[in-house]
Amino acid sequence: MTKKASDNSSIYHGVIAEFSTSDDLIHAVNESRKKGYVQMDAYSPFPVHGLSEALGHRPSNLLVAVFCGGLIGALTGFGLQYYLSVIAYPYNVGGRPFNSWVSFIPIIFELAVLFAAFTAVFGMIGRNGLPRPYHPVFKVDRFEGVTRDKFFLCVEADSGEFDAKKCQAFLEGLGSSYVEIIEK
Amino acid sequence: MNPRPKRKTVDPSVRDAAEIYDDRSSYADVADRISGLVLSPTRRGWIIGFIGAVAMLALLKYSLYRLFNDGIGIWGINVPVGWGFAIINFVWWVGIGHAGTFISAILLLLHQKWRTSINRFAEAMTLFAVACAGLFPLLHVGRPDRAYWLFPYPNTMDIWPQFRSPLLWDVFAVSTYATVSFLFWFVGLIPDLACMRDRAKNQVVKTIYAVISLGWRGSARHWERYEKAYKVLAGLAAPLVISVHTIVGFDFAVSVIPGWHATIFPPYFVAGAIFSGFAMVVTLSIPIRKIYRLEGYITDKHMDNMAKVMLVTGMIVTYGYAMEAFMGWYSASQYEGFMIWNRMTGPYAPFYWALIACNAIIPQLLWSPKLRKNMLVLFIISLVVNTGMWLERFIIVVTSLHRDYLPSSWGMYTPTVWDWTTYIGSIGLFLFLTLMFIRIMPIIAISELQHLAHERKHNRIDHDQESIR
Repeated sequence: MTKKASDNSSIYHGVIAEFSTSDDLIHAVNESRKKGYVQMDAYSPFPVHGLSEALGHRPSNLLVAVFCGGLIGALTGFGLQYYLSVIAYPYNVGGRPFNSWVSFIPIIFELAVLFAAFTAVFGMIGRNGLPRPYHPVFKVDRFEGVTRDKFFLCVEADSGEFDAKKCQAFLEGLGSSYVEIIEK
Repeated sequence: MNPRPKRKTVDPSVRDAAEIYDDRSSYADVADRISGLVLSPTRRGWIIGFIGAVAMLALLKYSLYRLFNDGIGIWGINVPVGWGFAIINFVWWVGIGHAGTFISAILLLLHQKWRTSINRFAEAMTLFAVACAGLFPLLHVGRPDRAYWLFPYPNTMDIWPQFRSPLLWDVFAVSTYATVSFLFWFVGLIPDLACMRDRAKNQVVKTIYAVISLGWRGSARHWERYEKAYKVLAGLAAPLVISVHTIVGFDFAVSVIPGWHATIFPPYFVAGAIFSGFAMVVTLSIPIRKIYRLEGYITDKHMDNMAKVMLVTGMIVTYGYAMEAFMGWYSASQYEGFMIWNRMTGPYAPFYWALIACNAIIPQLLWSPKLRKNMLVLFIISLVVNTGMWLERFIIVVTSLHRDYLPSSWGMYTPTVWDWTTYIGSIGLFLFLTLMFIRIMPIIAISELQHLAHERKHNRIDHDQESIR
């Protein structure tokens, strides 16, 4: 059984089905899950709420990373200013303490925001596996509609007991207007 | 199966949005229309604007050539007014650069859905305004080739920047702001660049969009992270916007010059920044929506809302002027009192009263709903406000410096022709970048508009079902 599945997943990326509305897409996702398909991804022109949950994707932990990024930024900001003003280049300005932390706050804040923003953007891009100019789904000509008004469900080949023909018939039965088997 | 649909609460801002967007347009219409603006032949209005912008840009280049060749002595700055046009223009441009992120971030967090059709364009405007702003301190340091000395880096001179100075805070604030604004703008653009890639017919154009869209394919997993990243960026950008102009306000307020040393400066600078930023968005969006016939997306309701924001922030700024005058008297400080009296009746008094007329009196016309709907009037008011905000910075910088504590060090400031050409040239740079952006990028957020249409459709279905029950 495992041999057969691995054979399939070495030839096929999966089967992709096109839908015209987000409701049809969510319906198809739910039916496919009932059928036992596990590895799936859905594609849409804009974020569809509830889609990620329906697909059974675990929510990302991006926000934790952003918080850590911000914290590192703040510590960097304070560390930089403390080291330079107290240790590397102590300079007496009107008798103020070298560690005049109150006047360090603006730069601490700016660096916290900067690091958090970098974490958010590069975390999002990196965890999404982008930039990736080539992907099997791009082989489907009609996939261009994904940025216009079409919704796609792709059941991937490493998804349980995958049989490309059966899966195609199943997705056609869900009211998809177009189904295509994608090779790797 | 339970046939009764769950009762959903309808977000009132989504309902309001219904009157902002053309209800009949489908997802495909939005995608085709906005991408079509870029993929169709160049419009005549654009070409005319571009020729003007390039001419002004040439003026900037020549002015910079003269500046680098002869030094900043060609400007009118001297003791006691060492902060002339360079700082006035810096503050003016940074202020204009506040509306984009305000519209994008703060209005997003406040669920103001109407922002969707102007945010992309306002963000781009922000970036270009900040670029123009950044130019001026670099020129003003006199040795632009050594501008990197502003940053803390290990060097053979074994010296480090002074972290207790607001001027250094400014370096960090403006560079962080420029970076985060760029990231915010770019993240918003990614799905729309993918849309451009899929719509483009020309293979070269398609490849360029494919590369800069990072191969976006609209995967559900990607959208989930994308939305989180976008929201958190908005959350980060919102206090950042406030902090940047606060710190620009500190540049003045932390000094001990009468006319600068005032606690009201940071909030009043932030309000002034949003005031001038919205004025600039209005100035640019009126011709753009006319040339590209975008009245269905950037509607009269948008212009009306922006006019209201201008009215409110204009009155906050007016409160600032009143407080400056009041504190001149109430502080009982001889120097503060002289400063405000000198502003009102001294050699620069006409500029002061012009500023009051532009920022405090003329914007009061915006109380009238009829005038807010008249695009010609609104356009003129937005230009008046931009002028007024420039005069405000002129008054703050010049009148505070030209009368020092000791009459022996009093002087006058007169800008030279090179001050003017550099200033006009920077407007050329701004227009050039804006027009380039309009030509090659989707100026309205496609996927966000589609998302809004989707939300609205679903809410309406819920409504219908509720009424059937």
